[in-house]
Amino acid sequence: MSARPTLAVWKFSSCDGCQLTLLDCEDELLAVAEHVDIAHFTEMSSASVDGPYDVSLVEGSVTTAADRERILAIREASGLLVTIGACAAAGGIQALRNFTSVAELARGVYAHPEYLDTLETSTAIADHVGVDLELHGCPIDRHQLLEVISALLAGRRPVLPSYSVCQECKQRATVCLLVARGRACLGPVTRAGCGALCPSLDRGCFGCFGPAESANTASLARRLAADGTSQAQLSRLFRTFNAGAPAFRKESVAHDAPPAER
Amino acid sequence: MNETSAMLLDSGGLDRLIGVLGARGFRTIGPVVADGAIGPGPIRHVVDLPQGWHDEQAPGSYRLHRDDDPRLFAWAVGPRSWKGELFPPRSVVWRSSGEGDSLEIVPVVDEAPPVAVIGARPCELAALSILDRVLGTSTHPDPVYRARREAAFVAVVECSTPASTCFCTSMGTGPAVGDDRAGDEGVDLVLTELAGDERHHFLVRAASPLGGEVLAELGGEPAPGWAWSARDRLLAAAEGAIGRALDTDGLAPLLARNLDHPRWDEVAERCLSCGNCTLACPTCFCSSVEDVSDLTGTVERHRRWDSCFDLGYSYVHGGPVRTSVSSRYRQWATHKLSTWFDQFSTAGCVGCGRCITWCPVGIDLTEEAAAIRASDGAGARAYARAGAAGGDQP
Ligand code: SF4
Ligand code: SF4
Ligand code: SF4
Ligand code: SF4
Repeated sequence: MSARPTLAVWKFSSCDGCQLTLLDCEDELLAVAEHVDIAHFTEMSSASVDGPYDVSLVEGSVTTAADRERILAIREASGLLVTIGACAAAGGIQALRNFTSVAELARGVYAHPEYLDTLETSTAIADHVGVDLELHGCPIDRHQLLEVISALLAGRRPVLPSYSVCQECKQRATVCLLVARGRACLGPVTRAGCGALCPSLDRGCFGCFGPAESANTASLARRLAADGTSQAQLSRLFRTFNAGAPAFRKESVAHDAPPAER
Repeated sequence: MNETSAMLLDSGGLDRLIGVLGARGFRTIGPVVADGAIGPGPIRHVVDLPQGWHDEQAPGSYRLHRDDDPRLFAWAVGPRSWKGELFPPRSVVWRSSGEGDSLEIVPVVDEAPPVAVIGARPCELAALSILDRVLGTSTHPDPVYRARREAAFVAVVECSTPASTCFCTSMGTGPAVGDDRAGDEGVDLVLTELAGDERHHFLVRAASPLGGEVLAELGGEPAPGWAWSARDRLLAAAEGAIGRALDTDGLAPLLARNLDHPRWDEVAERCLSCGNCTLACPTCFCSSVEDVSDLTGTVERHRRWDSCFDLGYSYVHGGPVRTSVSSRYRQWATHKLSTWFDQFSTAGCVGCGRCITWCPVGIDLTEEAAAIRASDGAGARAYARAGAAGGDQP
């Protein structure tokens, strides 16, 4: 990597929240700008420098044929490609289309669905090109983003946990909502990284960081069902920001009502 | 136990105890109710303690309720043990400054004021003495733990109201302290809460010179005979109320010879590998180090709690060793109940029941051990116990 590496930030199908996390680094933003050359970042500036880029941060999922072409070009122009957020890692909330017919949805929503040019599915960046690192979350955690930038600059491996959110609860001494209040919480099967934000605010984990390594979703679903969570609720619980992540997708489908009952 | 240094205090006396320890420079911590559970928190007066609160515990479930019971300690252990006070979840080991030839590694000295723990339970005292062996006096002591533990003042309150998940009687760690039932090393004061017929007292005995000194400052009357017999009745009832048991007879070799038992795979069907059991356990001591650098050039080494349920925990060159969840559950269970004896000459479990209550799917260590005992030999691969050379690691 050159003395002052170039950084590009790219957007695919997404809400821009993860890119904004970079701007949200307020206190550290000047230090980031001092150490890296921000070559392309439309949320910050319309000025853009041509590639190649040492590091590309890619937000969003692939939902159009044009996206599919563009990600190939970005991969080509990038040294390291780091995806940011649940859309890029698992297809995002828009991967809900993967469970149904896009044509039907489009007819229901748009007056002129024929103007739409979209793929049948919303897919992760890694389904299309090689990815060097994935940052999870909806949105990503600003500390994790700074950790990745700091690690890349120092030439070390970033510290990014793949264990469960529960461990962060225990580390910050949050009383378990599932055990002490019977709340539905996806923490035991969700990747850490947020610092157990939702449980610390008295809300069960939504699973926005996607499946933890070795996520045993079936066992957690049995426990939640025993506490009175309905099959329909279970299906929805696993079908949010990371609906396209294989472990969550499988669990969500397992609790779908058979077609006749829908 | 020295009966002559025992006193009878009322709750005003307990209030004075907190005050005296505070005046001696201790940060006084004790059980407080927060977020639906009882756990360590700052206490300044007796009113901060959980008067009238009771817990109901079962595998994967914990609930609190309150009534007009005058007692302050009529509950069993909550989710957080005192481990976190002496062995923090994360601490900075060193920091570097400068770079190149001027690079300097500066050890970080823990400057936390000494803690006075008021209201630990007997099993938690046993857990501290296990941690003392592992982190305090072993060949590689943890500097933070050792310094905090040496400076700490510990007052234990014997148990009157065990939870359904408690099995201290099986492990010889409670519900009493002393009496040949559980040792009274590493504790300064031992309290028994006596309540009934309008009376509410604490039988307090000193278990260390410092404990004796502090007790002498509190006033109160020398413990009368009725207090001792009330204590005996209370502890006998508490012992009788313990409903869970772990058969420890030959348990270490039993687990060691059943490494391929099908039960490990069965429990892995349920286990979430979430790590709650290890982090709630008062004796699990595993930690990992992480090096962090920031954009300003500061580099720090952090020590943080780790768990053998993490895939990354067994990462060695080339990849993790324990890829299956069954091998991780087996590591946990065999460490607690078998290999811990080889390493530290005790069990790694004190029977507090936390791993049972705080497991989101209610996996019960005592039930798992019993299931293996019931079909001993179904998985007859053994690892070499300490002393034997080589052998398979579990
Ligand atoms: S609140 Fe949720 S994330 Fe936290 S320990 Fe409980 S189950 Fe795990
Ligand atoms: S293994 Fe379970 S019962 Fe034993 S000391 Fe640890 S948490 Fe308590
Ligand atoms: S059971 Fe696991 S986490 Fe606990 S001390 Fe043993 S190896 Fe460490
Ligand atoms: S035994 Fe329970 S608490 Fe421990 S890792 Fe498995 S599911 Fe989590």
